[in-house]
Amino acid sequence: MAKVVLTLGDDVSTDDIYPGRFMATVLPSETPQYAFADHTAFNARLKAGQIPPGSVMVAGQNFGCGSSREQAASTLQGHELVVVARSFARIFLQNAINLGLKVVVAPGVEAAEGDELEVAAAAVVNHTSGKTFAVTPLPRARQAIIDAGGLIAYTRRRLMKEEPHL
Amino acid sequence: MGMTVVQKILARAAGRASVEVGDVVEPAVDLAMSHENAALVINQFFEVYKGAGLEPRVWDPSRIAIIFDHRVPAESSKTANNQKKVREFVAQQGIAKFRDIRGDEGGICHQVLPESGWVRPGRVVVGTDSHTTTHGALGAFGFGIGATEMASVWALGVALNVEVPATIQVLVNGRLAGFVSPKDLVLHLIGRLTAQGANFKAIEYHGDTIRLMSTSGRLVLCNMAVEAGATSGIVPADSETLRYLREETGVRDEIEVVAPDPDAVYGQVVEIDASSLEPQVACPHAVDNVKPVAAVAGTRIDQVVIGSCTNGRLEDLAVAARILRGKKVARGVRVLVFPASWRVYRDAMNGGHLAALSDAGALIMNPGCGCCLGVHQGALGDGEVALSSTNRNFKGRMGNPKAEVYLCSPAVAAASAVTGVITDPRTLLNHQDTKTPRLAVVVTWW
Ligand code: SF4
Repeated sequence: MAKVVLTLGDDVSTDDIYPGRFMATVLPSETPQYAFADHTAFNARLKAGQIPPGSVMVAGQNFGCGSSREQAASTLQGHELVVVARSFARIFLQNAINLGLKVVVAPGVEAAEGDELEVAAAAVVNHTSGKTFAVTPLPRARQAIIDAGGLIAYTRRRLMKEEPHL
Repeated sequence: MGMTVVQKILARAAGRASVEVGDVVEPAVDLAMSHENAALVINQFFEVYKGAGLEPRVWDPSRIAIIFDHRVPAESSKTANNQKKVREFVAQQGIAKFRDIRGDEGGICHQVLPESGWVRPGRVVVGTDSHTTTHGALGAFGFGIGATEMASVWALGVALNVEVPATIQVLVNGRLAGFVSPKDLVLHLIGRLTAQGANFKAIEYHGDTIRLMSTSGRLVLCNMAVEAGATSGIVPADSETLRYLREETGVRDEIEVVAPDPDAVYGQVVEIDASSLEPQVACPHAVDNVKPVAAVAGTRIDQVVIGSCTNGRLEDLAVAARILRGKKVARGVRVLVFPASWRVYRDAMNGGHLAALSDAGALIMNPGCGCCLGVHQGALGDGEVALSSTNRNFKGRMGNPKAEVYLCSPAVAAASAVTGVITDPRTLLNHQDTKTPRLAVVVTWW
């Protein structure tokens, strides 16, 4: 069970998640400070450590649209947030999976800030409202990357398999 | 069953006779492009090799392109250090297609790749930039990926887990009216499809209007396909593609043209009558909040931007110069012009366009992304309004969440620069001017 700490509408862009003016900061370990930098109150809570890891953000459709900047995924992953959205923009979804940010597609999800959610493989249960929302499985080929612990580990394995002398 | 262009390209690149929508393939990559964010790709690339017991070597240095464009010249020591790190990696790995910060080559990646002849029909182009869709204008399958995914491409030479997308056929017929441009066409399309209407799909452009359109215009259409969420935008290659590659980029070797099968299956067809289109404007803060210019005409503006990977090409500067020649930029309005590349810059200089723009009061900036991404060169003040020929107007996009950005064609931008309010270019010029050839053929003048 985890608390909903932020709710957002449709078409939240990567400029919103990680404003372009911080893009000179590239290392995943350095990006979390700028998460939702222009949502000043939420950013302040994140930086003050008031949002426990595993907390949930709930968004509408097309979350992460716009730029391919991977910082938009690493900045949320750094806080170990879980993103439940009605749908995700393609590149953001791919980046999230590659980096190990937990993303869940629940097309009918409804929640308010403060609600208690249980996010499982098949469904998202909102224990505050008592409603259950079906989860759409991630694009099937992505599971291997998740299972490997992210794309870096997955690619490393692929490389090593292609080098049988090792 | 027949295949779309995208299906054919992915089938070839994956070494298969055919693919169907939803198939997961690992296409071999023909060209892998990054810009300053190569600094992050490099970091992830070395992470991949940690503990692997292998020497970190990119799979093919001749197929990797790195173009500095987003922050040129560097706006901060942080960026300068990123660029420095990339230069060292380029030298160490022998990466061939590198464009540093110089005045005799380079520019925005999405202009440099096509104008250098590096993008060919039928090829697979990936880029750590969402506007890699641009390269579909030459009949390639271009799509954006993240930095870690690019590190994987550098290591393996294939893009992992590409789902063959369903394709939306956009069928455009009719002649664009004077001062109605490919930008207006694509803004109208995005307004209809919405910002998520093509998510996980490809857009294939067809119809007479497209066939008669220059490569420059097609680049605009494919560039902004991603604003409807598309994985890729593509114009099947034709005689114009061959002309562009032979005459404008000097490509000599064989060019393979990939056409869709006549019985290709499209998930959706969108028809547009180009002759009925008016100039369009995307209003704050969403790219799909599109209205005819008349709906917002008279809106006061503080800054006009002409440039970007969408509209910083010679045709764009030519039309802006034609509108501004002999006129003056309204007092209180700043006009920033960013040619898309140094080649464009020089051609526009030799054609007299830069002089006309400068005489009118516009600032001619160095080629690059400029203020498009809100990092340097032209941030907005609180409450200010920009009218821009770029491609995104998300809140904060030009560096200030308290400012507003409207998107439009270079013609609307130039006309509005004169009046200081959003203006339909057709109302600014006399009847004779509006009879001049449509933008699609302007390029043949030079
Ligand atoms: S001009 Fe703007 S949209 Fe194009 S690549 Fe540069 S920052 Fe991105």
